[in-house]
Amino acid sequence: MNRIKPFDHIILILGTLFMCVPVLVAVMTSTHSAVDIHMNGLYLTPGDNAVGTYQTVLTRQGGFTGQVTGLTMLMNSLILGIGFAVGKIVLSMAAAYALVYFRFRFATFLFWIIFTTLLLPLEVRIMPSYQVMSSLGLLNSYTGLIVPLLASATGTFYFRQFFKSVPDELLEAARIDGAGPWKFLIDILIPLSKTMMAAIFIIMFVYGWNQYLWPMLMTTEERFFTLMRGIKQILQVWIGSQIPDYNEAFALAVLALLPPVIVVVVFQRWFIRGLTESDK
Amino acid sequence: MASITITDVSKTYPGAKAPSVSGISLAIRDGELIVLVGPSGCGKSTLLRMVAGLEDISGGEVKIGDRVVNRIDPADRDIAMVFQNYALYPHMTVRENMAYGLKNRRTPGPEIEARVTEAARMLELGPYLDRKPRALSGGQRQRVAMGRAVVRQPSAFLFDEPLSNLDAKLRVTMRGEIRRLQKRLGTTSLYVTHDQLEAMTLADRLVVLNEGRIEQVGAPLDIYLRPASTFVASFIGAPAMNLLDAELDGARLRLGTSVIELGQLPGAKGAVTLGIRAEDLVPSATGLPFRTDFIEELGAQRLVHGHIDGQPLVLTLDPAMQIDSEMRLSVAAAKLHLFETSTGKRIATAARSGLAVPQPA
Ligand SMILES: Nc1ncnc2c1ncn2[C@@H]1O[C@H](COP(=O)(O)OP(=O)(O)O)[C@@H](O)[C@H]1O
Ligand SMILES: [Mg+2]
Repeated sequence: MNRIKPFDHIILILGTLFMCVPVLVAVMTSTHSAVDIHMNGLYLTPGDNAVGTYQTVLTRQGGFTGQVTGLTMLMNSLILGIGFAVGKIVLSMAAAYALVYFRFRFATFLFWIIFTTLLLPLEVRIMPSYQVMSSLGLLNSYTGLIVPLLASATGTFYFRQFFKSVPDELLEAARIDGAGPWKFLIDILIPLSKTMMAAIFIIMFVYGWNQYLWPMLMTTEERFFTLMRGIKQILQVWIGSQIPDYNEAFALAVLALLPPVIVVVVFQRWFIRGLTESDK
Repeated sequence: MASITITDVSKTYPGAKAPSVSGISLAIRDGELIVLVGPSGCGKSTLLRMVAGLEDISGGEVKIGDRVVNRIDPADRDIAMVFQNYALYPHMTVRENMAYGLKNRRTPGPEIEARVTEAARMLELGPYLDRKPRALSGGQRQRVAMGRAVVRQPSAFLFDEPLSNLDAKLRVTMRGEIRRLQKRLGTTSLYVTHDQLEAMTLADRLVVLNEGRIEQVGAPLDIYLRPASTFVASFIGAPAMNLLDAELDGARLRLGTSVIELGQLPGAKGAVTLGIRAEDLVPSATGLPFRTDFIEELGAQRLVHGHIDGQPLVLTLDPAMQIDSEMRLSVAAAKLHLFETSTGKRIATAARSGLAVPQPA
């Protein structure tokens, strides 16, 4: 095919290094002991402490109350990420379905209202949201963690655009075939939206996974801690001459990286297959 | 099986100034294949979709069998529809596509299986039953769409330009298949197309629509031979009927510098439009003075374009026939069509015989 162009390759290689080396450093460093790291800085070579560190991180009862392990935090992060992603998909799909297929008055106007209000970042409404959850008694619960963030303008927007691109004849054929609104959604629209759902799942899972401020506000009990908070916690133990457990922080960071990577890899395959196969 | 009775049906889309369909009445007999034909935007689809129940009916009444269906859901009208873009469910296999409507009607599994197999056999879709629509060619997709209609065993088939997305050759083949299938099943059918050739070849009866109104209803040949208006005359038949400005003076028809003796008095006088089919013009020793402009070869015949006294005219001639730059043409008296110039309506004339040989005025 094309001639190999050295310059292009150098740029690509540099870009790859730029993206990958920090990850590599984190992985490698996490396999050394905290003391070594404190003395020698970061490592690019594997150490001999890997099994120990990861075991400790995953299973040691840590925190103030000694109730939280790395595994619990991983679970919590997963619940948050998956809850977010699934909830957002369901909710925005339902909203988009109503907006596109049920011709009520001002549907477009309504859509733009939803769109503009929800474009405001979480931080803007974080205090009122907290207050609402607090008065509902939902602090320190998964419901409180997940539900307030479920409404998604972006998701609604994507699904709306997608539904609009589905030919009207498909709906009409389904109507003649005896499919009501519910059946049309389940039998036709949802299977057709698979790629869309995969794309939104990736985005929203990572978004939920990376939440930091909101879980910190909403949960005070350690059994609700997420990985993101765990990392912070480890680095905060700088008391007196105690060395922070750098190795453990790195190990947690690596663990925190894995699920999003898996999600992206798995769903991307779906997503791309859907794109190449699709003809609506 | 059922008849379809359309009575004074109109449709005005919300916000539209003029109605898209106005006051159409049509009785479709059981087992008949009716083709709605007309130029784009004349309201064919709108009328069909009102019968299907996909559009609300603004006025009038649609009956399928003995049942007024104005307020009945499409699914309960006992009709099946075939769309121009096939509208197959992309994520379902051919088999699932055909079975979907039956499943929703809670037809028992073995019955569905039997009907799908039978339809697949009839449409030669057997090898493709487990494929998705995207793995099929256009013609195969359209057959699946027809299969989906057939398995339902409805009282009526509705087709909305089902062949328009296919290439010319396939269209001819599929046209034949639709015709054969419809005859074999004997299902009442309403078929929409803008292609007059498709309309002519398929129809038991043709309905020519123009701007939301019926121009003419009749058997294809009747319409071809006796178009009710200049609109029908120019729409049905290829090449289009020659329409010439002429003047009636008693029984004499003045056309440019020539005069044609009609023999009897037609029921009009003054300016009229004279219609002559291209194949009805024959070269003769005397007659209309024709100047040749250019020739289109069609193989079996050729189209000769030219003009008489400044008015454009086309005639079809045998390829063996010699063509001169100036010729004289005459036409059988029975093949002259007269239309009112103002309204375009046909002027009724008694049957005539003999060759009308125009004379110089
Ligand atoms: N959904 C609609 N809303 C408003 N006007 C429409 C709609 N569908 C069709 N029309 C108008 O109605 C007329 C007839 O349309 P249609 O029945 O689709 O024509 P055809 O099928 O003969 O090409 C056209 O002028 C078209 O613009
Ligand atoms: Mg149409």
